Amino acid sequence: MNDKFEIIDLHARIEEREILRGLTLTVPKGEVHAIMGPNGSGKSTLANAIMGNPKYEVTGGEIRLKGESILGLSTDERARKGLFLAFQYPCEVPGVRTANFLRLACNARAGKELDTMQFYDKLEEKMKVLDIDEKFVRRYLNEGFSGGEKKRNEVLQMMMLEPEFAVLDETDSGLDIDALKIVCEGVNKLRGPNIGILIITHYERMLRYIAPDHIHILVEGRIAKSGGPELAAHLEQHGYDWITKDK
Amino acid sequence: MSDPTPTNPSSPREYKEGFHDDIKAVKSVPKGLSHDVVDYMCDTKSEPDWMREFRHRSLDLFLKQDVPAWMPGLRDEFNYDEFTYYVSPVEKSARKWEDVPEEIRRTYDKLGIAKEEQKLLGGLGAQIDSEMAYHNIQESLSKKGIIFLSCDEGLKQYPEIFREHFAKNIPPEDNKFAALNSAFWSGGSFVYIPKSVKCDVPLSVYFRINAEQFGQFERTLIICEDDSFCHYVEGCSAPIYTTNSLHAAVVEIYVKERARCRYTTIQNWSTDVYNLVTKRSLISAKGVMEWVDGNLGSKRTVKYPSCYMIGEGAHGEVLSLASADKGMWQDAGAKLVFLAPNCSGRINSKSISGHGGRSSYRGLVQVAKNATNCRAQVNCDALILDPRSRSDTYPTMEVNGDLATVEHEATVSSVSDEQLFYLTSRGIKKEDAVSMIVNGFIEPVVKELPMEFAVEINRLIGLQMEGSVG
Repeated sequence: MNDKFEIIDLHARIEEREILRGLTLTVPKGEVHAIMGPNGSGKSTLANAIMGNPKYEVTGGEIRLKGESILGLSTDERARKGLFLAFQYPCEVPGVRTANFLRLACNARAGKELDTMQFYDKLEEKMKVLDIDEKFVRRYLNEGFSGGEKKRNEVLQMMMLEPEFAVLDETDSGLDIDALKIVCEGVNKLRGPNIGILIITHYERMLRYIAPDHIHILVEGRIAKSGGPELAAHLEQHGYDWITKDK
Repeated sequence: MSDPTPTNPSSPREYKEGFHDDIKAVKSVPKGLSHDVVDYMCDTKSEPDWMREFRHRSLDLFLKQDVPAWMPGLRDEFNYDEFTYYVSPVEKSARKWEDVPEEIRRTYDKLGIAKEEQKLLGGLGAQIDSEMAYHNIQESLSKKGIIFLSCDEGLKQYPEIFREHFAKNIPPEDNKFAALNSAFWSGGSFVYIPKSVKCDVPLSVYFRINAEQFGQFERTLIICEDDSFCHYVEGCSAPIYTTNSLHAAVVEIYVKERARCRYTTIQNWSTDVYNLVTKRSLISAKGVMEWVDGNLGSKRTVKYPSCYMIGEGAHGEVLSLASADKGMWQDAGAKLVFLAPNCSGRINSKSISGHGGRSSYRGLVQVAKNATNCRAQVNCDALILDPRSRSDTYPTMEVNGDLATVEHEATVSSVSDEQLFYLTSRGIKKEDAVSMIVNGFIEPVVKELPMEFAVEINRLIGLQMEGSVG
């Protein structure tokens, strides 16, 4: 069975600027990959292109989920197929209670109305893992949330939706060290043979808590280097300059 | 934002109340307005002379007055002689549901009103065209001295209380449509809550227009004596015709000292109906008035529920919700008039415009010279769903009293691409995401509504939102 998430020679642009220029990457289920790169290398464009943000246009290449192209699918269809994106900047939706939103999302993912009691039991359990107060889900979605609360909410959604492939876009940004540990613990709980995870980050600090199987370095819209976890430490010491110079 | 999904603007509003039943009129008058029609109504209702004089005088006032300049379009939009001003499908108002003529009961069955009757909340009234087909109140409430009658019965059974209050708050001179109502009023409710009595279950009334090219002019008079409480709830609907109808109601409320009154409206007229309504409350010392005004239907609504704070420490509040869909213009808003010291008031208005609909917020905050130390807070938020739709804000403030605090905040927003992307990225379909955002936008008003109304509003808004964002 073709249980992997593949990005093949992907080209994408926003407005008239080409950002991704032939990016190729494969994440098999059961593995955690990290993409690191300097500002402007195309990290966010990659996240948005994967999830099908209409503002980003894919001009070439292929994205496949378990062997099937998803480029023709709308964002919600991709999500129902098991794709998930933890947003760098989750947006506020005033008046929509977080719990209600989560329930609708879980129902959409499951393709049926889930049992209310079971849903709330699961929600409570996941909230405990993430050290989230029960009042949290009664608040309006992301409205007035601190940076850390928003990111925890993203991981909570991921845990509730149980995706097959998840992209975490700069989930570490805006988190203090305690919050970072909790969020990483949540991701580690989810980690396993049934999910492939792609972590997009600028810094290696998140990778200290989530040891990735592979690290890729993104420069100017392409993977410039791939390697094992040792790459992260090297980057921390030497920055991105040595790769750009290498070229 | 470029989007591959085509929009479906052809059927924006699904209106399940738009059916028409063949109900034979027991009494009716020829088309057009005239003093003869006034005389016919006075005769058939066996009204006292003072009411006959009042009606005739009101008709003269109506004919003399112009449509105010700020009501754009309404001057020439229709010919008043196209409407029928009195149609009664019933001989008299029934107090037992079984006594309501069967064909009318069928209409109410379809509208779900018959089910409401079985629950018999506190009291229920059901008006069809010009008359109340049904009006009844729980015995436990009438034992407390609470009066809940059709306005016509109020005049007959309690002439003194009636005359003391009727048209004292909104005289026919007030505006052209108040004059029109005063000339042809029929039906509506008469509510009297005695001193210190709390009517803890809502009194509910449903207004239905069934006749074509018809004018419905119900008149409601609510008197809450000192320290009393009541919640009055009204809903309305009409069939879809190719012609227009007119609904010009007048609602006068008296909130006496330390009393509290809440008046909830879910207006869902068909888009043939011109809804031109005058609603005003007079609030005595430490009294509280709350208007919850939901406007989801009609071709044109012109309505600004008003709080006149005449006693020290009075409080007035208006929660206004308007949804303007294709072919609709909701000109809604509120008025807070401070006429005594230490009063406070709040307006919270939310409007949604979609499919080329238009909504306007028109508000007035007026603080009289002697009304010192008053506080007013106005929030009005507009949500515009597509570039064809429109929203305007016309706030007026006249502050003459000392130490007044008046706050006004207004926002205009659209359903953002970021919100849609975020919600759809969780597997939620786009139309559900839009509906979610819109329902979230009105949540602060909806949560003030009784449960069944909140559910109904969410359903109606959901229907209107289908296919509304490209």
